[in-house]
Amino acid sequence: MTTETLIWLIPLPPILAFFLIVLFTNRNKALSHSVAIGAALLSFLGAMYVFFFRALTAPELGKEPFTSAINWIPTGDTWLKIGVLVDPLSAVTLFFVAWTVLMIFLYSVGYHNFGQPAGDHDHPGLPPHGATDEHGHHVPSVEPMYSRFFAFISLFAFGMLVLVLSDNLLTLFVGWEIMGLCSYLLIGFWYAKPSARAAAVKAFMTTRIGDVFMLLGIAFLYSATGTLSFREIFTENVLRTLAIIPSGVFGLSAAGLIGLLLFIGTIGKSAQFPLHVWLPDAMEGPTPVSAMIHAATMVSAGVYMVIRVFPLLSLDPRTMTFVAFIGAFTALFAATIAVAQNDIKRVLAYSTISQLGYMIAALGSGAYVAAAFHLVTHAFFKALLFLGSGSVIHGMEHGVLHTGNHDVDPQNMFSMGGLRSKMPITFWTFLIGGLALSGFPVLTAGFWSKDEILASTFNGHMGVFITLAIAAFLTAFYTMRQITLTFLGEPRTKEARHAQETPWTMTAPLVVLSFFAVTFGWVGIPEHFPVLGGLVPNWFHEFVGGTLADPSTALRAGLPEAAPFNVIPLLTSLAVALGGLFFGWLAYRNVGSVAQDRLQIPLLKNKYYFDEIYDFLFIKPAIWFSETFVYQWMDKGLIDGILHSFGKATQAVGATVRKYIDLWFINQTVGDGTAHVTQWAGRRLRPIQSGRIQQYMLVSLFVLLVAASLIYFVALGQPALALK
Amino acid sequence: MTLPQIFFLITAFVILGSALMVVTTRNLIHAALWLIVTLFGVAVLYALLNAGFLAVVQVVVYIGAIAILFIFAVMLTRKEMRDRGPQLNRGWWLSGVIAALTFGGLFWLLQAWSGFSKTAADFPSGFDAVGQLGNALVSPQAFVLPFEVASVLLLAALVGAVYVAFNRK
Amino acid sequence: MIPLSWYLILSAALFSIGLFGVLSRKNAVAILLGVELMLNAVNINLVSFWRYGDVSMMAGQVFAIIVFAVAAAEVAVGLALVISVYRRLDTVIADEIDMMKW
Repeated sequence: MTTETLIWLIPLPPILAFFLIVLFTNRNKALSHSVAIGAALLSFLGAMYVFFFRALTAPELGKEPFTSAINWIPTGDTWLKIGVLVDPLSAVTLFFVAWTVLMIFLYSVGYHNFGQPAGDHDHPGLPPHGATDEHGHHVPSVEPMYSRFFAFISLFAFGMLVLVLSDNLLTLFVGWEIMGLCSYLLIGFWYAKPSARAAAVKAFMTTRIGDVFMLLGIAFLYSATGTLSFREIFTENVLRTLAIIPSGVFGLSAAGLIGLLLFIGTIGKSAQFPLHVWLPDAMEGPTPVSAMIHAATMVSAGVYMVIRVFPLLSLDPRTMTFVAFIGAFTALFAATIAVAQNDIKRVLAYSTISQLGYMIAALGSGAYVAAAFHLVTHAFFKALLFLGSGSVIHGMEHGVLHTGNHDVDPQNMFSMGGLRSKMPITFWTFLIGGLALSGFPVLTAGFWSKDEILASTFNGHMGVFITLAIAAFLTAFYTMRQITLTFLGEPRTKEARHAQETPWTMTAPLVVLSFFAVTFGWVGIPEHFPVLGGLVPNWFHEFVGGTLADPSTALRAGLPEAAPFNVIPLLTSLAVALGGLFFGWLAYRNVGSVAQDRLQIPLLKNKYYFDEIYDFLFIKPAIWFSETFVYQWMDKGLIDGILHSFGKATQAVGATVRKYIDLWFINQTVGDGTAHVTQWAGRRLRPIQSGRIQQYMLVSLFVLLVAASLIYFVALGQPALALK
Repeated sequence: MTLPQIFFLITAFVILGSALMVVTTRNLIHAALWLIVTLFGVAVLYALLNAGFLAVVQVVVYIGAIAILFIFAVMLTRKEMRDRGPQLNRGWWLSGVIAALTFGGLFWLLQAWSGFSKTAADFPSGFDAVGQLGNALVSPQAFVLPFEVASVLLLAALVGAVYVAFNRK
Repeated sequence: MIPLSWYLILSAALFSIGLFGVLSRKNAVAILLGVELMLNAVNINLVSFWRYGDVSMMAGQVFAIIVFAVAAAEVAVGLALVISVYRRLDTVIADEIDMMKW
């Protein structure tokens, strides 16, 4: 089997798993999760094989990637081709996607309480509520829609793999939309909860706004170049043409406009300002969903796409400035909100938004490799953090079931505390993830990627640098706040006292991911780094940077240079990371309750009231428009009015026809009239039958005479009255 | 005018006269008796036509049985001894017209026939009319079947008449 | 000699008189008397045609005898009916025997 064939086959197992589960194994929980995990494992093995044995061993993967295309849509004289592409960027993306997907699939088995009894009053559509086992203890109950979950995440995995492996914008968009659908299905997984339903719709609608602009960008690109295939677009001639043609909008060139439109798609998908509102609400879904969609894969897809089209994006400096601005602003904006959140998952959600802003800001500043590096490391440690938070919530729910007090919110950090001793594995892995997020020096992957971003932006993009540095400080601060409130100190509630560690299916993925969260940074150590630099080559930079080393990209010939070493960014990142961690611990180690938290600023807590602003500006007018204008006035009033008038007219015609033709003419005149005439005639003719035979005889003889004469004279033609 | 012709004319006059009396007289018994006269006249006519057997049969059957039957019937169906009122119904004039037309029509049809005025041929010598008639009535090659059927008919009529007129009490 | 026509005219006249009686008499028995006259007229016709045709053909007389028989049967049944009707309806006037009307 050739590499290309294997690459084609990588997305296949998850979609087969989806259909198998939906059609056949829906009732059997064990079979469903086996099918799903088996499929994820197959894709994982395929991806690992391609990565380790092909991609890493291929020389100049950037110049000669593994690619295979087929003719898909006939377009006049030519064909629109689709296919697969594995170049360095998609190889590393494939690596982290395969790992995180497999870990999350495995985690979901434990998260949905496989093996536990069915709940006392569990309802499909609501989260499981707990069951009473034979000893009378309240234990967690298994999720009623267990198989459905695995079907959906299998479909999701398929979408992401299609997106990563595609060689053209069309199938990338297909994978994009599949993931959009799955995020709707999975955020609204517990569909009987109104908040979940609303969150699912919000997510879908908000990303849709971005998707519309992205589609416009794709259409414009196709009409300008006649192709959607990456290898054909990112060539010297095409790029130069696009950079020169004016687009007529905002004075941007065609490349700039296309890049801007595609970037708006990323704003929606990766939850950047102003389309960030959906991601915090998306925490309504189960935690594996949050991990998968909103940390490891889906939101990363937005960043992946924009990294992919970097050659196009970088042609117009104004678009790049816009990108950098949005990224940096979002990073700081989200970090400020995260400081005031009390739900353990909300903190992580805003943290995701903030980190995505980092990547986009880096890209907008031209730091291609740094953005890709941070994408990969972030996927690992953010997935780790989300899965860890899910583990914490599970432990807290155990405590809630134990005490029976359902008023306690197992997700609120202020009901936790002291979980370090109750859930040790979760604590240590979560700590590793948190330190990676904060950028703890040397030992965590997040440090290396964040440091590279700061270093790249220091040269020439000072505004971005300062913003990102402040955001880094806040990141470390709120992360330590989170860890302190959750794990350190004393338990604040009885439920926290009774929390328990979660089963191996949940803690094993945490351990695996924490391994990557520590070690992955070491493949990207810059050469100029004091002491450690040069010990291991900066493999990541060479490998991924080679993506752009297509000799035909004249505008970016050769390998992108590593940022020249400067001590200031390094010191800044050390300072903000360690400082933030220290202050976070300091401020919160003795906080006993919400009231003692001095950072509960209403503006931050309420997310700068953006939801309310959007509701006022957009949602209410849209609802008014559809309900009142379109529905009441146009549909019911105008269109139904026309139809009703047709009905009434037809009825009137019918009534007239009935009255004048049917009733009067046909019934009375023709129908009844015939009857009357017949009756009248009958009455008149009746007396003929008098019963008197002499009358009968008279009449018959008379007729006989007449008939005989007629026959004799007329028929036989005898001359009249001939007398001999 | 030869003697047979005169004889014929007298007989015809009797027949027609008594027939007219049959149909016009008020008293029904008189009508039946006038019928007897008519039947006698017809018998004489048969004799004139050299059908002696038939003349005798006419007297015996018609006058002896049928006319008597009529008299019985008249007696059995009288409400009182004398008939009241006219015996002709309301449309008698129309009946007269019809009868006249019938006669006229028949006469006119017959007179157009060539053999209308032919005279009788003589009897062949030694012709035994009665014997021949008897042969004809019982000979299988001749008319035995109609003869027998006629007797069955009479039987049926007899039974039927008895049944119809039977007085169940 | 007597031409055939005289016999034929006689029978036609007798027939017409009988017809008149049938059509115009009130009493049912009188109607049957008229019928008898008509049958006799027919008989006269038959016998005259026999005599004035081929005398050896006995069909004429045989037919006349059959007519006798039929006439007798008819009178018997007819009068039985009249008697039966008289018993039922207490009348023999033909115009009053009109139960087979509409």
